[in-house]
Amino acid sequence: MSLWEKGKEFSDNSEHRLDSESQDLILDQNLDEALRNFKLSVDAWSETAYSTRRVAPSIPHRNWRPAAAWALGCALVASSVSGSVYQRHERQLEAKQAAAKLAAQQKQAADLKAADEEDLLASVDSEVSRQVPSAMEPLAQMAEDESK
Amino acid sequence: MAAGSILETMNKATAAEIAADEFARVVAQHRPQIFRFLLASTRDVDLAETLTQECFLKAHRNWSSFRGDSSAMTWLMRIAINLQKDHWRNRRMRFWRSTQTHAVDLDEASEWLPSGATSAEQQMLAKEQVRHVWKAMEGLSERQRSVFLLRYIEERELSEIAEITGLSQGTVKAHLSRAVGRVRTELGRRQ
Repeated sequence: MSLWEKGKEFSDNSEHRLDSESQDLILDQNLDEALRNFKLSVDAWSETAYSTRRVAPSIPHRNWRPAAAWALGCALVASSVSGSVYQRHERQLEAKQAAAKLAAQQKQAADLKAADEEDLLASVDSEVSRQVPSAMEPLAQMAEDESK
Repeated sequence: MAAGSILETMNKATAAEIAADEFARVVAQHRPQIFRFLLASTRDVDLAETLTQECFLKAHRNWSSFRGDSSAMTWLMRIAINLQKDHWRNRRMRFWRSTQTHAVDLDEASEWLPSGATSAEQQMLAKEQVRHVWKAMEGLSERQRSVFLLRYIEERELSEIAEITGLSQGTVKAHLSRAVGRVRTELGRRQ
């Protein structure tokens, strides 16, 4: 077989193959209808999805919820922490005030006690000092007589 | 000299404005189609939206290098297909691939039908057909699926599909033939 004949045979076979492929593409009625319905279905879905997203996008709604939940959670945590800190501060303040009051009372009691002791000592002193000079009176008399 | 530089700056600003307007027009015109193609490819509304945004972001970055050799739609579709390919390639690296997918199942995808269908029986039949086409699509390779969708959803010519996918027309034809064959087989099982 010559090179030309081989080439022609190849070309004929290629044409034949392409023809059979082309024949495959000739759609029967059922297939044609199915493909038409498929296109209509995709068009309807796409148009709805596209217009829904363009007019009223659903993503921001979805994103809004976790953000709000986070904000609410943070607010709750912050309020509970600040509440407990405030309570602790109040308790510390009350304890300080009670301690100061107790200290003042104790000081007052101590002052009173000290004042009582001083009074007692003063009265003892005065009584003792009145007795001592009378015991020394004869000596003082003698001194006066000698000077005369 | 100074007047010349001012004029040049003004020209540049005007050119930038024109390019921005042109790009905005392209976005408005082709965005729904790109979204539809990606939605049909992934069956995932969130993913389709993300990939569409990425597609236009990439297009915007490279808008100045777009020479208009092909149509803007062809160029955008090529970007979308590459993004989708990258996405699946990256996903294959993750174990939780199956758990993270938001793709709707076949039944849900087949629920979408235009309200034009007349009787309840016809609607049932149409839904059944659509479900079989989705099912057949699951068995297609990525390339076959893209070619199939470009032909039957985007209604592109074979030459255009070849340009978008970077394949020869013969290869496009072969992919399409296999894809249609699979759909036919799937529909045959129904009968």
